[in-house]
Amino acid sequence: MTTASVSVEKKGVVRSGRRLFMSGDVACAEGALAVGCRFFAGYPITPATEIAEHMALRLPETGGVYIQMEDEIGSMAAVIGASYAGVKAMTATSGPGFSLMMENIGLALMTETPCVIVNVMRGGPSTGQPTMPGQQDVMQARWGSHGDYEIIALAPSSVQEMFDLTVEAFNLAEAYRVPVFILADEIVGHMWERITIPDAESIKIVNRKKPTVSPSNEFAPFKPDEEDLVPPMAVFGEGYHFHATGLTHDERGYPRTESAEAQTKLVQRLCNKIRKNKKKIIRVESAMLEDAEVAVVAYGIAARAALSAIRKARATGIKAGLLRPVTLWPFPEEQVAQVARRVKVIVVPEMNCGQIVREVERAAKETPVIFLPKLGEEPHKPDEILDTIRGRLK
Amino acid sequence: MPVKTWRRPLDADKVKPPKAEVHLIKDRCKGCGFCIEFCPKEVLEESNEINERGVHPPRVRDENRCALCGFCSAVCPDFAIFTIEKNCQGGC
Amino acid sequence: MTEELPHPYEKFLRKDRIPHIWCEGCGNGIILNCFARALDELNIDLNQVVVVSGIGCIGRVSGYTNTDSFHTTHGRPIAFATGVKLANPELKVAVISGDGDLFAIGGNHFIHAARRNLDIQVICANNFIYGMTGGQYGPTTPFDTWTTTTPYGNIEQAFNLVHLAAACGAVYVARWTTLHTRWLTESIKKALQKEGFSFIEVVSQCPELFGRYNKMETAIKMMQWFKETSEVQHFSDPAKAEITPKRIVVGEFVDIEKPSYGRLLREMKARVAKKK
Repeated sequence: MTTASVSVEKKGVVRSGRRLFMSGDVACAEGALAVGCRFFAGYPITPATEIAEHMALRLPETGGVYIQMEDEIGSMAAVIGASYAGVKAMTATSGPGFSLMMENIGLALMTETPCVIVNVMRGGPSTGQPTMPGQQDVMQARWGSHGDYEIIALAPSSVQEMFDLTVEAFNLAEAYRVPVFILADEIVGHMWERITIPDAESIKIVNRKKPTVSPSNEFAPFKPDEEDLVPPMAVFGEGYHFHATGLTHDERGYPRTESAEAQTKLVQRLCNKIRKNKKKIIRVESAMLEDAEVAVVAYGIAARAALSAIRKARATGIKAGLLRPVTLWPFPEEQVAQVARRVKVIVVPEMNCGQIVREVERAAKETPVIFLPKLGEEPHKPDEILDTIRGRLK
Repeated sequence: MPVKTWRRPLDADKVKPPKAEVHLIKDRCKGCGFCIEFCPKEVLEESNEINERGVHPPRVRDENRCALCGFCSAVCPDFAIFTIEKNCQGGC
Repeated sequence: MTEELPHPYEKFLRKDRIPHIWCEGCGNGIILNCFARALDELNIDLNQVVVVSGIGCIGRVSGYTNTDSFHTTHGRPIAFATGVKLANPELKVAVISGDGDLFAIGGNHFIHAARRNLDIQVICANNFIYGMTGGQYGPTTPFDTWTTTTPYGNIEQAFNLVHLAAACGAVYVARWTTLHTRWLTESIKKALQKEGFSFIEVVSQCPELFGRYNKMETAIKMMQWFKETSEVQHFSDPAKAEITPKRIVVGEFVDIEKPSYGRLLREMKARVAKKK
C-alpha cells in the first residue's frame, strides 16, 4: 500500500504525487501508515485530534482499524491488545491524555509490547492551554509510569520529521519490543510545511522478531536473545498458547510475585534492553559545532529558533553551534558531554520550567549551562536566544 | 436431591443404568466438600486420610450407587474428581 | 477407584500451574471448570481462543487456561480485548474477570463495549467483594453487609448487573450461580458461538471473606444460600432481577440478534474499498 499513489481531497489538502504540503499531525499519521501501522485507538484531544481524524479517514482505506475508545486509558489498553494480536498499533494524545495512559504504558513496558504513543505537547499542567505549544511532558515521558524502566522518545522539529520519526519510532518499537514516544508540540503538530513522502520501497520497515521454535512446551515467551536482550515475540492465534501478565514474571510468562531473583532479573533486563543498545538508538543532529565556543542544545520547536539564532550569531562572528537531540530518551549524554568539553557555555532553550536542561547539566559537568525558559503561545524568538548567547560571551 | 421413584420403571429390564468409575486426584483436593454434599446418590463421604494439602479428601462409599450424573466433576473447583462410564462389555 | 487416569480437562489447563491459588471452595475454580467444559463440548480450536482477565482473584484465571492469555491492568481487560478482536477478528476473545474489575474501575469500558456490540464474551465472577485485597466492598456488595471498608454496614446500593448489561445493549445476558454448573456451561457455549457482546454474570462464593464476614463461614453454607434463594426464570425483566438475601433470579435475560461492531466495520471497509 503506497501512500503516494492515493489522491483524496480533504480539507483542501490534495494528495497526489510525492511532494506535498501538509500539517505535522497529518504527516505523523501518514508516516505511521507508510511503515505498516494498521490500528489506531485514541480519543480526541487538542492538538492531536487531527492525527485521529486522519487515521479515521485513511485506515479503512488500507484495511486497518480506527477505533475511538471511550477514554485514553482504554485507548492504550486497546493498542496493547492489537499489538499482541500481531498488528502495528499506535495512539496519539496530549498532556491530560498522556497522564491517563501512564498505567497502561507501564503494562506495555512490562509485557514488552511494541507500540507508538504520540504526545503533541501543549501548555500544562492539567487542562492548561490546549491550543498553545509546550515542552512540559518530556520528563513525564521518561518517568511518568511507576516502577523502573527505560523508554525511547523522539522529538520532531519539522513536518518532515513528523513523518520520518514516526516511521523510525515504529521500527524502534518493533526492534526493542518497547513503547516509543513521539514528543511533538502544538506548533510542530499544527504547522504546515512542504514534505517529501518517500517511495514505499525506500522506506525501511523493521518487524518484531518471530520465535524460531514452533509451538511446544519449551517455548518461553519472555526468554531474551543474548545479543540484544529482546525476546522474540509470539502473538495470539499462532498456537503458542502463551501467557503474558503485568505481574513480575519469569521467562515462561508466569507470575513470580514471591521471588526477588525474578524481580531483579526482569526489571534489570527491561532497563538494560535499552541501555545496552543505546548507541544504535540515540540520534543527534548538529550544526556548526566543530569550532563552536557556545553550544545551544535544543529540541522540537525550540530547535527551529535556535538554528536561526546561531546562523545570526555566526553572521556577526560569534562561534555558535547547535546540538539537536533527535532522541530525547535515552538522553544523548555522551554527545552532550563531548560538546561540553569543547565549548565555554551551553544554552538550553525549552518551552517549560526546566526539564531536559537538567540532563544537559548532568552531562555537561563543569561547563556552565544557561537555561532559557519560554511558556505560552510563542516559541522562543531567535533574537532571544541570540541575546543570551551574546550576553554570556561578553 | 436424591430422587426416589414410587414405582419400578416399565423398561427397567431393557435399560440398564450405566456403571461408573469414580476417579479421585486426591492431592488436588482442597476439602471444600461440594462433591460429598451435593452428590444426589450420596456416593461419597469424607475419608480419614490426609492428603498433601493437609485435608481429608473424599472417599467412595459405594461406587455402584453412582448414576454418572457428573455433578461432582462439574462442581469441583480443583479438577480433583471425575467420573467415567465403566466399560461393561464383558459384564460388570 | 484408581488414580492413574488424568482429568478429562487437563488439555485446557496449564498443568505446571495446577493446583491453582484459589481458596478451598472458591467459586473461581468452578467457573474455570465450566469454561473448560464449554470449550470441550464445543470442540473449539484452542489456537483461536484468547482469555483476557483483569486484576482480582478471578484475574488469575488467564494464567491457568492452556490458551493464549493476557492478564491486564485493573479494569482494562475489556479495552484490551477490543484491540485484540479488532486486530484479528478470527480470534474468540473471552474476558473473564471480577465484579470490581469490570464494574467499578472498568465500568466505562464495559458499557461502551456493550454499546458497540463488540463480538466478545464477558464472564463476570460476582462474589460481591474485593477478594484479592482482603475483602473490601465493591459495586455489587449488597446493602448493609459487613466488609473491611464498610465496618458499619454498606450504605451503597448494589448494581443489578444483568439490568446494566441489557440496558447497554448486550445481545446475550444471563445469570447463574456456581451451583448451576450445567446451565452455566450451556450459557458459556451459547455466548462463545453468538455474534455480538455476550455477558454472563456468575454469582460466585467467596467463603473465606464475604462468607465469613456475613455469617456463611463455609463454602457449603454459601452454596446452600444459592440453592435456597435462586429461582430459574428465563427472559424475566432484568430490571426486576436485583439480587437480595432472599432471592437470586437466574436464567437467561436477553438473547437477541444485532449486527456486531466487527460486522459493521467489515461492511464499512468494503464500502470504502469499492469507492476507490
